[in-house]
Amino acid sequence: MIWLGIDTANMPLSVAIVKDGTILAEVNSSMAVNHSLRAMPVIEELFATVQLQPKDIDAIAVSEGPGSYTGVRIGVTIAKTLAWTLKKPLFGVSSLKVLAANAVYFDGLICPIVDARRNNVYAGVYEFVDGGLTAIAEDGHFAIENLLDVLASKERPVLFVGKDVAMHEELMKERLKENAVIAPFPLQLPRASSLIFIAQQSGQEENTHAFTPEYRRIAEAEANWLMQQRKDQDNE
Amino acid sequence: MDKDMYILGIETSCDETAASVVKNGHEIVSNVVASQIQSQQRFGGVVPEIASRHHVEQITLVIEEALAEANLAPSDLDAVAVTEGPGLVGALLIGINAAKAFAFANGLPIVGVHHIAGHIYANQLMQPMEFPLLALIVSGGHTELVLMEKHGSFKLIGETRDDAAGEAYDKVARVLGLPYPGGPHIDKLALESDEAVDFPRAWLEPDSYDFSFSGLKSAVINYKHNIEQKGGEVNPSHVAAGFQQSVVDVLTEKTSRAAKEYGVKQVIAAGGVAANKGLRASLDAVFEKEGLPFYVPPISLCTDNAAMIAAAGTSMFVSGKRGTMEMNGRPGMELVSWND
Ligand SMILES: Nc1ncnc2c1ncn2[C@@H]1O[C@H](COP(=O)(O)OP(=O)(O)O)[C@@H](O)[C@H]1O
Ligand SMILES: [Mg+2]
Repeated sequence: MIWLGIDTANMPLSVAIVKDGTILAEVNSSMAVNHSLRAMPVIEELFATVQLQPKDIDAIAVSEGPGSYTGVRIGVTIAKTLAWTLKKPLFGVSSLKVLAANAVYFDGLICPIVDARRNNVYAGVYEFVDGGLTAIAEDGHFAIENLLDVLASKERPVLFVGKDVAMHEELMKERLKENAVIAPFPLQLPRASSLIFIAQQSGQEENTHAFTPEYRRIAEAEANWLMQQRKDQDNE
Repeated sequence: MDKDMYILGIETSCDETAASVVKNGHEIVSNVVASQIQSQQRFGGVVPEIASRHHVEQITLVIEEALAEANLAPSDLDAVAVTEGPGLVGALLIGINAAKAFAFANGLPIVGVHHIAGHIYANQLMQPMEFPLLALIVSGGHTELVLMEKHGSFKLIGETRDDAAGEAYDKVARVLGLPYPGGPHIDKLALESDEAVDFPRAWLEPDSYDFSFSGLKSAVINYKHNIEQKGGEVNPSHVAAGFQQSVVDVLTEKTSRAAKEYGVKQVIAAGGVAANKGLRASLDAVFEKEGLPFYVPPISLCTDNAAMIAAAGTSMFVSGKRGTMEMNGRPGMELVSWND
């Protein structure tokens, strides 16, 4: 089985080709470069490196979000299109779970984080149990303060993973004290090989045409519209 | 051409997800458009984030349908043409990345097309273009007069200095409380009306081919305001008719003057506002009198579609133009010639 994995959900880019449990090649980068400029060229390079043709792959795994709306959509669009036109199965995996996979074997809670501006984060809470990652809470969009309060109440060590952890490190240590553990830098970038690993272990095949990102937030215009609808109803 | 050439076009620059196959640059083999108007109407305009969310939902289905309707496999295609800009960047990126992934998977070349070149080439799907040619582009984002001396050669001779014609239509429609997009509603009211409010025409300098519609928009707002202050009520049909007459008069006069000055053999209109019945009738009448062939595509080819992108893309492809896997969305892309 040959797998292609793609993660463009946030600023880091990761693409991997895995064959029968071996990483043939993987590219990881974290640069402020638009994924539309980089993603397809990197995919093309990777196929050339491993001397395979697109049609040689057997399955595709993609990071489905949450994260940057545009970033997630670039990866999802590429993955959907490849899966559909090559007639291969498509697997979507949480971008946060991919980050959590960097920290398996940690004895405690694993909290992958992606900054969502204005003191908000996308985050999940995972635990490594019986050789796999179990979600303790659903991925979501949280005020960092609220998230840290909940984590502090667990009174267990929490490993924070992700490039954006540094932005909130002080607050984490203040709230969780010695229970706040910050992942070292080699564990902070999402890896497409982990994405593929999770898809193989616990992934569910998606309906390719219907597959869409997990934004974990409704669009602002839609939120405003819903609020207006409710107001109008109350006034009636 | 000894062998038939099939090009897949993809367009996602605004709120339509579209794919089409065009044969030899002028024959539509399939033309699929998934519109978001239903979903966007409640916001009174196109919300970029919502547009992007819809595109990612529709894109593979729309491409699949275009190939199925054409009864072609990817291996039957010669290239993929996709709108590179201008437009909403997040929306453009869906079409572009789908096009790149599709081209890569199937070993096809890719061509990035300017949206307005697409609108112009919509005409090539109806009858062959003859040069020199004058194109009046009137859409939600553009109002331009473009001179073409041959295929793929564009010279801008006039453009709007403020609002685009379609934008003015949509803004005035909102003032009149008409649903989005307002153009067709104003058109309908204007045609039914037996009276028209007299609004100013923005001629600008006597020899200018530029346009300006923001003053007209303000005139409409002031007119409504004045009447309402006196406790009266505006008649939307009379306002629509007056507004439309002002827009149509200016567009018609400048187009016909430019056609004469540049001695063109053909005049075409393109873009969403070219669907306007009043404008079509007025341009038809003027050029019939002057004995100049004037063409405007059917309404389905005036509004955003992918057949026009495939048609323009074919001309680019034949001229040797190729895009790369690094293609990015270009929201402010300029129309440049590919054949000079
Ligand atoms: N019959 C009509 N009369 C006037 N304007 C129209 C008519 N039909 C559509 N429009 C206008 O055309 C515009 C959309 O055209 P389109 O080519 O999609 O624009 P763009 O691609 O620049 O956004 C809208 O502003 C709409 O109101
Ligand atoms: Mg358009």
